[in-house]
Amino acid sequence: MSASSSRRQTGVGFRSAMEKTVDNWFISLTLAFAIGIGLILFSIALIIAWRAWPAIQEYGLGFLFSSSWNPVKGRESYGALPVIYGTLVSSLISLAIAVPLGIGTAIFLSENFIPLKFRTPLVFLVELLAAIPSVVYGLWGIFVLIPLVQPFALWLHNNLGWIPLFSTAPAGGPGMFPAGIVLSIMILPIITAISRDSLASLPPELRQASLGLGATRWETIFRVLVPAAFSGIVGGIMLALGRAMGETMAVTMIIGNVNRISISILEPANTISSLIANQFAEASGMQVAALMYAGLVLMVLTLVVNIAADYIVSQVRAKY
Amino acid sequence: MEDKGLSLKKKPTNPRSLFDSFWTGVASLCMIITLIPLFAVLFFVGAQGFAQINLDLFTQLPPPPGLKDGGIANAIIGTLVTVAIATAISVPFGVLAAVYLSEFSGNNQIAKWVRFATNVLSGVPSIIAGVFAYGLLVATGIVGFSAIAGGVALSVLMLPTIIRTTDEALQIVPQDVRWAAFGIGAYNYQTVLKVVLPAAIPSILTGVTLAIARAAGETAPLIFTALYSNFWPSPPPKGLLEPIATLSVLVYNYAIVPFKPQQELAWAGSLILVLLVLITSVTARIATRQKTY
Repeated sequence: MSASSSRRQTGVGFRSAMEKTVDNWFISLTLAFAIGIGLILFSIALIIAWRAWPAIQEYGLGFLFSSSWNPVKGRESYGALPVIYGTLVSSLISLAIAVPLGIGTAIFLSENFIPLKFRTPLVFLVELLAAIPSVVYGLWGIFVLIPLVQPFALWLHNNLGWIPLFSTAPAGGPGMFPAGIVLSIMILPIITAISRDSLASLPPELRQASLGLGATRWETIFRVLVPAAFSGIVGGIMLALGRAMGETMAVTMIIGNVNRISISILEPANTISSLIANQFAEASGMQVAALMYAGLVLMVLTLVVNIAADYIVSQVRAKY
Repeated sequence: MEDKGLSLKKKPTNPRSLFDSFWTGVASLCMIITLIPLFAVLFFVGAQGFAQINLDLFTQLPPPPGLKDGGIANAIIGTLVTVAIATAISVPFGVLAAVYLSEFSGNNQIAKWVRFATNVLSGVPSIIAGVFAYGLLVATGIVGFSAIAGGVALSVLMLPTIIRTTDEALQIVPQDVRWAAFGIGAYNYQTVLKVVLPAAIPSILTGVTLAIARAAGETAPLIFTALYSNFWPSPPPKGLLEPIATLSVLVYNYAIVPFKPQQELAWAGSLILVLLVLITSVTARIATRQKTY
């Protein structure tokens, strides 16, 4: 009785049933959208697998180990080995360039070599590197980078030609080497950002203890900080690998799109994503299925790498 | 008395000091090398692109292959249309999903899985998003090669960014604000829609703007969903169901043709895309510096 009389006095009514329903509906709605994210991910895999099904039935796992790609009707045969090889090799080249540079930059930005006032804009500039559209890197690669790396590629061939990697004379056009360089530019910000985060999130006691024991700055970095942040750095490198494998436009524009495995990185090559980008719009029938199959392979590759990276990075977060 | 080893002064010629100076030099060099490509790209895009900026660029159709003059107006419209479609899909979707994560999930198992799926989705290569939209909409005949198919592909790429930034923005809103809303008898939906979301709006907008700028530069998802067109888009709704030109695909198409005027238009298109990204990144940077709480 007292409750209802006080309500009457304040003029506040009971909550209406309608509002309660609206509230429940609202919560369910947000839940539905949250679950929708998982459904999207699931349906991406499902739809690609469904569209690839004719090719999966026809070629099976042999698709992964065959080098022929012949879309001519009647003599069709498809295999993804050259593009899988190209995807892996171009990513590895980019890692070989970007990992040392990225870790060096990350150390530079996480230590106090220069005042924080100047470091903050530098961090922002490195982030900008990731924001430039892929297709712009491709355009720049065609007209600026390819002519620029040609003398260097020639030098590699003339002086280190006995190494199989540089065994063919560069033609001065597109190829695996410039593609690897552009990829390395595109993944640098990822490696730098995540390495810097994991270095910066280390407890300050580690550094203080090391310096207190008489270690110099770089002895501290090499023997204490980098080992402590190691798993975070590895996570960043794996994320970068995932990005490099899936990168499409810049690579398509400068790798040459030749479906052939050659050990020399001075030759044109092809990647899974470039193959799809080049052929999809004009493909029909079994070729579409084969391209979908290649897309499925790419998706599985990047998923595995990204999930591993995600796991490693989250382990690090939990640690500190 | 000589006390060589006991001096507290650091000698720059000491091997350990030399070792330190050497690696400091290496790290500084890494920093410089990392920034070279950024300035090289900005310089060339600026130098080649600014020369092409004129009124025609924004009002005319691209010229036939090999001919001079003309502009990229249809591609600018196309980019606006596809990105608008992508935004219309991904913003409500992403914001509501993030509201669940931050406000209602209580960090339960579902939230963990959804956050994991968001991370995985952000790692899905952009070309896979295109293949997905093709398989879902074009191959099934729901819509043809069209602005809608392109917009759906882009929305898949925008979703993870929007969810993540909204999730973070909502979590920064102090708990007191929610308690205050509940305290005066507000329902969950009222608290979220009238109190928490408005408080988080600046950060959410920042995230959305960044996602839009990124999406505008995406090419791979569009080349076989939105395709390309040399003509003006038809007025909607018909225009949404036909192939449509976009800036990024125009840059790709014109970069690989042997005609100089087309290549110049590609540089101009690149400049517009880069400026879009630069301006949004810088403003986002400034906006996030002024924290609301």
